[in-house]
Amino acid sequence: MEQILANGIYLGAQYAMIALGLTLIFALMNVLNFAHGQMYVLGGFVTYTFYGQLGWPFILALLASCITLAVLGALIERFLFAPVIRRSSREESTMLLAAGLAFLFDAVILLVFGEKQRGVPKIVDGVFNWDFRLIMPYDRILICVLAILSIVTFILFMQYSKTGRALRALAQDRTAAQLMGVNVARYSMIGFALGAMLAGLVGGLLVTITGVNLGMGGPTSIKAFMMVMIGGAGVISGAIAGGIILGFMEAIGLAVLSQYGDITYLLIFVSLMIFLAIRPQGLMGKPWG
Amino acid sequence: MPKLSTIQWAGLAFFLLAIFVAVPGFIAASGRSDLYYTLTSVALLSIASAGVWLTFYIGRINIGQGAFALIGAYVSAILVTKAGMSFWLSLPLAGLFAAGVAVLIGLPILRLRGVYFAMISLVLTQVVTLTALALPITNGAKGITSIPLPGGVSILGLTLIPDFATLENPRLAFYYSACVLMVLTFAAMYRLVNSRLGHLCRSMQQNEELASSIGVNISYIRIIIFAISSFLGGIGGAMFGSIAQSVYPSSFQVADSVNFMLNCFLGGLGYVFGPMLGTLVLYFGWDLLFELGRFQLLAYSSLLIILMLFLPNGLLSLRLPGKKGDDK
Repeated sequence: MEQILANGIYLGAQYAMIALGLTLIFALMNVLNFAHGQMYVLGGFVTYTFYGQLGWPFILALLASCITLAVLGALIERFLFAPVIRRSSREESTMLLAAGLAFLFDAVILLVFGEKQRGVPKIVDGVFNWDFRLIMPYDRILICVLAILSIVTFILFMQYSKTGRALRALAQDRTAAQLMGVNVARYSMIGFALGAMLAGLVGGLLVTITGVNLGMGGPTSIKAFMMVMIGGAGVISGAIAGGIILGFMEAIGLAVLSQYGDITYLLIFVSLMIFLAIRPQGLMGKPWG
Repeated sequence: MPKLSTIQWAGLAFFLLAIFVAVPGFIAASGRSDLYYTLTSVALLSIASAGVWLTFYIGRINIGQGAFALIGAYVSAILVTKAGMSFWLSLPLAGLFAAGVAVLIGLPILRLRGVYFAMISLVLTQVVTLTALALPITNGAKGITSIPLPGGVSILGLTLIPDFATLENPRLAFYYSACVLMVLTFAAMYRLVNSRLGHLCRSMQQNEELASSIGVNISYIRIIIFAISSFLGGIGGAMFGSIAQSVYPSSFQVADSVNFMLNCFLGGLGYVFGPMLGTLVLYFGWDLLFELGRFQLLAYSSLLIILMLFLPNGLLSLRLPGKKGDDK
């Protein structure tokens, strides 16, 4: 039981971070970022290159991941999403762009890093063992703590900094924010960069445990969509709740249902559909996002 | 139904002539019989994409067509292999089964809108794939293989459709049947869009509350449209399974669902013939870029992004004079 709870917290913390980036981008731009999983994989590969290949300290490599993805996100918003949103007659057109970007990232990752599974040396050795009731490697605990710290930092940033206030205003009402003197174009770019940066950060954190490979992008995007749906699209607290709920469901499902074969995800999907039939806007979302 | 102008009739005749006479003639002359498979796939995928387009028409982003294509493929395969039914009877049944599933699932999830519907429909594809893996009748990951080719159909001794297994070139037969299905589908779509139901759909696309307030039964219409859409997906999938003579849980995946949606976007959401053009361009574009080897995906995705930057409303928004699809 303790083991399941610990696994749930560990999975939940990292899922929540992935969902946060996706929900931030959605709240600001009304863009469903299909390429989010690929951004996460890219972040993993950047950390792999700097930490695993070049031997930089882990924290610096993590920082490199964040900066790379933030710059990439800013450029993508400035030169791709903003013009398309301006020109297109239907805002769904951005989905094609996002899907195209997902393919593009896959292609770039394939060309630059290849299709092999990549891992890096452990950052901390040893295993925490509490009487065989709870077994957890130290590096997982460290990553989990780092993830929770980043989430707290992110929330504080959104709550108390000037940028965070502007971003929240933008998410609430674009026109009103503009009338109040928020530079909408600039803060959209910052928001997108921040969302991409979060994806890069999780990618960098998780490469130390699960490694990274090309095929992880798509499934990660789908999981992120599910978390956002559970919590409600475009709501930060919802993304965190969704991530933690999905993490716990997965941990419990894998422990309890393992003898019935691989039906955990089938059950999660089905219960999600029933849940959404009853509460279409998710736990904390506004109706119709 | 509005009368077609002379130029539209000419365009239609030209199109029919092209797909039924010119293309087989060209293939026979050049000996590239592998093109049959490509073109048949395009025809079938455009049928499924037409379904997706129809859900776009009521303002829903549908990324779940892969689910219904997979359902259709499995239903047809099971009916043919386990019950020994004729393929031509199983084809409409597969479509109807997919439509039935769509009604059941659609009742709750069609209440969702915007990205919520998009995301749940994406999840739907995963659900069907996982169900196909878990159920005993679908044979798990091994799938259903060696499905017999479609048999013949004859009424009162008159052979309507010959037995595909006895033909010397079943690929040509598949090409013709896929094209006939595609033409029927798009004719029906054109008729539907220009009917009263089509007008109601357009009113829903613009504003559901407003449509509802002036007496449009929106919950009925969205179920009907979703069922038609899934019917088309089921038929496309069933035919695909029959051509490949096998169905696996991985036959239609999330990527396929996304591609169906991309076909619609690329062709243009405002044009009935958009999905056909989009499918043709995407499928052939991918095949043509094969020459580039490992840069295929890079070139393909770059082209997709560039297209979106310069033609965000789809290829048909170019509006060449007299081009098909100008009329909506």
